[in-house]
Amino acid sequence: MQILSKLFRRRRYDDIAVSIQEHIEERTEELMQEGRSRKQAEQAARREFGNVTQIAERSREEWQWAALESLLADLKLTLRRLRKSPGFAATVLLTIALGIGANTTVFSVVNSVLLKPLSYPDSGRLVALTLNAPGAGGLADITNGLNLSPSMYLTFSELNRTFQSLGVWTSGTASVTGLAQPEEVHTALISGGVLETLGVLPTAGRWFSQADQDPRGAKTVMLSYGYWQRRFGGDKSAIGRNIQVDAQSREIVGVMPRGFKMVDKEFDLLVPLAFDTKNQKLAPFYSEGIGRLKPGVNLAQADADIARLIPMWMDSWSNGPGTNPHWYERWRITPGFRPLKQRVVGDVGGVLWVVMATVGLVMLIACTNVANLLLVRAESRQHELAIRAALGAGRARIARELLTESVSLGLMGGVIAVGVAYAGLRLLTALGPADLPRLSEVSLDIRALGFTFALSVIAGLLFGSIPVLRYARAKASATIGNANRTASAGRVRQRSRNVLVVAQVAMALVLLVSALLMIRTFAALRNVDPGFSDAPHLQTMHIWIPDLLVADPQTVTRQQNSIVDKLAAIPGVTSVGFAGAVPMENNDPNWDQIGVEGKRYEGGDPPLRLFNYVSPGYFKTAGTKLIAGRDFTWDDIYGLRPMVIVSENFARESWGSASAAVGKRVRQFSSMPWQEVIGVVQDVRQHGVDQDAPPTIYWTAMLNDPYTRQPTIDAPRAVTFVLRSSRAGDEGFLNELQQAVWSVNSNLPLASVRTMQDIYSQSMARTSFTLVMLAIAGSMALALGIIGIYGVISYAVSQRTREIGIRLALGAQKSELKWMFVRSALLLTAAGVAIGLGTAGALMRLMKSLLFGISPLDPFTYITVPLILAISAALASYLPARRAAAVDPVEALRAE
Amino acid sequence: MAKNPEHRDLFPGALEIMILQSLRFRPMHGYALVKHIKQVSDNLLQVEEGSLYPALQRMLREGLLDSETGLSAKGRPTRIYRLTDAGLRRLEREVVSFEKMFTGITRVLAVAKA
Repeated sequence: MQILSKLFRRRRYDDIAVSIQEHIEERTEELMQEGRSRKQAEQAARREFGNVTQIAERSREEWQWAALESLLADLKLTLRRLRKSPGFAATVLLTIALGIGANTTVFSVVNSVLLKPLSYPDSGRLVALTLNAPGAGGLADITNGLNLSPSMYLTFSELNRTFQSLGVWTSGTASVTGLAQPEEVHTALISGGVLETLGVLPTAGRWFSQADQDPRGAKTVMLSYGYWQRRFGGDKSAIGRNIQVDAQSREIVGVMPRGFKMVDKEFDLLVPLAFDTKNQKLAPFYSEGIGRLKPGVNLAQADADIARLIPMWMDSWSNGPGTNPHWYERWRITPGFRPLKQRVVGDVGGVLWVVMATVGLVMLIACTNVANLLLVRAESRQHELAIRAALGAGRARIARELLTESVSLGLMGGVIAVGVAYAGLRLLTALGPADLPRLSEVSLDIRALGFTFALSVIAGLLFGSIPVLRYARAKASATIGNANRTASAGRVRQRSRNVLVVAQVAMALVLLVSALLMIRTFAALRNVDPGFSDAPHLQTMHIWIPDLLVADPQTVTRQQNSIVDKLAAIPGVTSVGFAGAVPMENNDPNWDQIGVEGKRYEGGDPPLRLFNYVSPGYFKTAGTKLIAGRDFTWDDIYGLRPMVIVSENFARESWGSASAAVGKRVRQFSSMPWQEVIGVVQDVRQHGVDQDAPPTIYWTAMLNDPYTRQPTIDAPRAVTFVLRSSRAGDEGFLNELQQAVWSVNSNLPLASVRTMQDIYSQSMARTSFTLVMLAIAGSMALALGIIGIYGVISYAVSQRTREIGIRLALGAQKSELKWMFVRSALLLTAAGVAIGLGTAGALMRLMKSLLFGISPLDPFTYITVPLILAISAALASYLPARRAAAVDPVEALRAE
Repeated sequence: MAKNPEHRDLFPGALEIMILQSLRFRPMHGYALVKHIKQVSDNLLQVEEGSLYPALQRMLREGLLDSETGLSAKGRPTRIYRLTDAGLRRLEREVVSFEKMFTGITRVLAVAKA
C-alpha cells in the first residue's frame, strides 16, 4: 500500500516537473517567434515564470500532509549524514545522553521526593501538628518544633473544630519474643485518630478500635507488610495470633499494606499508645502530632483553632498538686502547623535543588560543546548552504533543516539518556544518604520521561539555534565567492565559537567553585572534634530492659552493670560503658531546667539543658576527655550520691572555667537537693558535627526520679552500650557480644549494633552525598571545558595552516607561534573566569546553608579554581599549538 | 515578483473559478490555460505561474480536476487537465455565489456614487 502510494506520488511529482518544463518551452518558442534568439527567449521565459524549484516544491506540497513529509525528508537526510560521520554522531550522542541522563536521574529524585504528593489518600489535607515554643530550649528542636504531650492530644482531639481527625505517634523499638530468637523490632506507637488521619486501610484484618486504645482493654498489635511476610510468610491466619511484645502478649488484629510508612518511618509493629485518660499530666512532650483537616479548612484556621485550645489545655491538666499549670506560658507555645509533606521532606529540598541546578549547568556545558561541533559541521557545509540559498531555499527552510538535525540528535540522545538515567537511579539509591526521605519511592515515572523528552527537544533547539543564527542567513555572494581563497578564517567565523568557550569556562568555574566549597566544608567538618575519638573502634548497641521483664529499677542497673562486666571480659575489649544516648543518634534522653547555686535567672527559672545518664567508664570508653574532676564510680551510683558531671561549655558559662566548676552545686527543681559537680568533660557534638555542642548535664545511671513527689529510685531502661575494641564490627565479635548479654538475661535482644564510625558517617551522609554529586558534576564540567578549549584551538590551527605557513616562511619563530595559540586560549579562559567569578559570587550565597566553617566567598577556593582552569586551558591549547608549530611551510603553501 | 501593475493578480477563489470555467470547454495543459485566460480577458487578467501550478495540484487533490498525459500544441508530452463532474458542480455553485457577490458589490458602489 505504502509502496503504491509512493509510486503514485513519484509519478505525480514528475508530472509537475513535465508541466512546468513544457510551460517554459512553449513560452520560449513564442518569444523566439517574436524574433529573439533562443538564449534570450529562454532567459526571458524563465524570468517570467519565476523560481521553478520553489513553485514545483509548493505544488508538490499540495499533496503533502502539512509539512510532515518534507520534515521526514529532512530527517532521512539527517540520518544519512550522521551515518556518514559515525565519530561525530557518537561523540554528540554520548555527550547529550550523559547530560540528559544525569538530569533525568536527579529530576526523578526531585520529582519523587519533593514534587509528588505523599502516598496517602487526599494527602493535601494532612498536617503536621508542629508547635512553636521559643521558651522551651532544646525541647523544641529547630526543624520539628515542640512535640505534643498526651494531655495536649486529649484536649486537642476532643475540642478542635477544624480537624476531621488527629492523633499522635512516636517511634521506638520493642523486643519480640516467643517467635524465634528474641528480636528487636521497630515500632510505631500510635494514638487513636492516627490511622483515620492517614486513611490507609489494612491489607488484612482491621484497624485499631477505640477499645484497643483503652489501657485496661485487650492488648493488640498491627503488623507492617514486611514483618508479616518475614515472620508469617504472608499467612492470613496470623490475624488473631498472639505475639510477645516487650514481654506483653498482644493479639495481631491487622496488617498494613506494602509501602505504608508511618509519616517518614519504616516500622515492623504498630502498637496502640493506649493513654490513661484519667491520669495524665501536662508533660511529657514526646509525641508527634498529625491531623487531617476538614474539607475547605486552611492551615491558618487550624492554627487559630488550636491556639484557642492551648490555655484550655493548661486549665484542664496539671503537673501535680502545688505546681502552676500556667507555668508553660513562658514557653510561648503557639501552633505552627505545616503540610505533612513538608514535615516528611524536611530540609532536603535545599540539597536536591542545588544538585539539580548543578547537573543542569553540566547539561548547558554539554550543549555548548555540541553546539561547537555543530558549528564546525555547519561551517564545512557552508558552501552547500550558500548554494541552496542562491537556488531559492528560504531562510526558514535552511533553519528548519539545521534544527531538524539538532533536535533529532537531541531526541536520539534522550532515548539513550533514559537508559543512563535508569542506571543512574540505581546507583543513586544505593549511594544516596539513608536519611534522604522517600528514597524508596524514587522511580522513573511518566513525569520524569516527559521531562526527558522536553529536555531533549529544548537541548536540540538550544544547540541547534547557534549554527542557525550563524548560517541560515548566509550571504550567497560572500561565501561562495571566497570560500577557499582566504589565508585564514574570518574573525566572524571564529567569534561564535569563542563566545561558546567563554560561556563554557564561566559555567565550569561556577561548578568547580561549588564543588571545592563542598570539599572544604567536608574537610572542616572532619576537623571538628566531635567529643569522641577513634570512631571505627567504638562498638555501640542498644539494649532496652522493659519493666514487664525487670520491674525493679535497681535490678535494671545491676543487670546493666553485669552486662558491662561480661562485655569487658571479652578478649580484645579494652573498656566498656553505657549512656542514655550516644552522640549523633538524634535521641536526646531528656531536656529540663537546671539551676546553678547562687545564680539568679531572668524570669525566675533557669533555662532547659540537655540531660544524659552515664555509667562509670562511659567517657573513657567513648574517648570524651575528662577536663577536671573525676568520673562516676559504681559506688556513687549504688549510693545514690547527689552528683553530676557537666560539659565544659556549661562549666564556663556558669563558673568561668572548668576547674572552678568542681565542687560547685546545681539542682533541677527548688524542691530537690543540691547536686555536687564532681567532674567536667569536653563538649560533645550531640546533634552532629555541624551543630554546636549543647551544654549538657550528665546524671548517674541510677537516681532519684525528680518527677515523683516521694523520692523514688529510677534508672534509664533504654541505654546504648559502647565498647572500645580493635575487633569492633567483626562478625565473630558480635556473636560474643550477644552471648555475653544473654548470659546476664536471655530475653534481651541487641539493637542498632554498629560502630561509632557508622553513626558518624550517617550524620555526615547528606554533606558527603552533596560533595560526591558536586564533585562528579565539577569534574565533568572541567573535562567538557578542556575538550571545548582543545576543540576550538585545534580547529583554529587547522583552519589557519596556510597562514601559519606564510608566517613561518616569513621567519616567525616556532615558539612565538605556539604562544600565539596558547595566548588566545588563555584570553578566552580569562574572559570566562571573569564572568564565572561574578556569577559564582552571586550564586554561592544560595549554597550557604550547605556550607560549614567556610564563607561562600572563601578566598582559597576563588583563587584555586581559576588557577586550575588556566593551567587546564594552557595544556589543552598547547597540544594543538605544538601541531601548528610543526607545520612545514612548503607543505602548507603547496596546498594552494 | 513585481509584474505589470496594470494586471491584477487573481485572488485564490477567482483563480479557481477561472481555471474551472476555462477547462469546461476543453481540456488544456498549464501554459494553454495561462494563455487562454489572458486572451479571453483581453489581457485584463494575468495568471501567476507561482499560483497556477500549486492551485492545479490542489484541485487535482480535491477531485475537481483530472489529469492525463497528452501532447501540447507543439506536440511535446505534457499534462492535460480536464474537469470532473465534481469540478463542474463546484463551478456552477461558485458562479452563482460570485454573481450574487458582484450584484452586491455593484449595488453598494452605485449607492456610493449617488
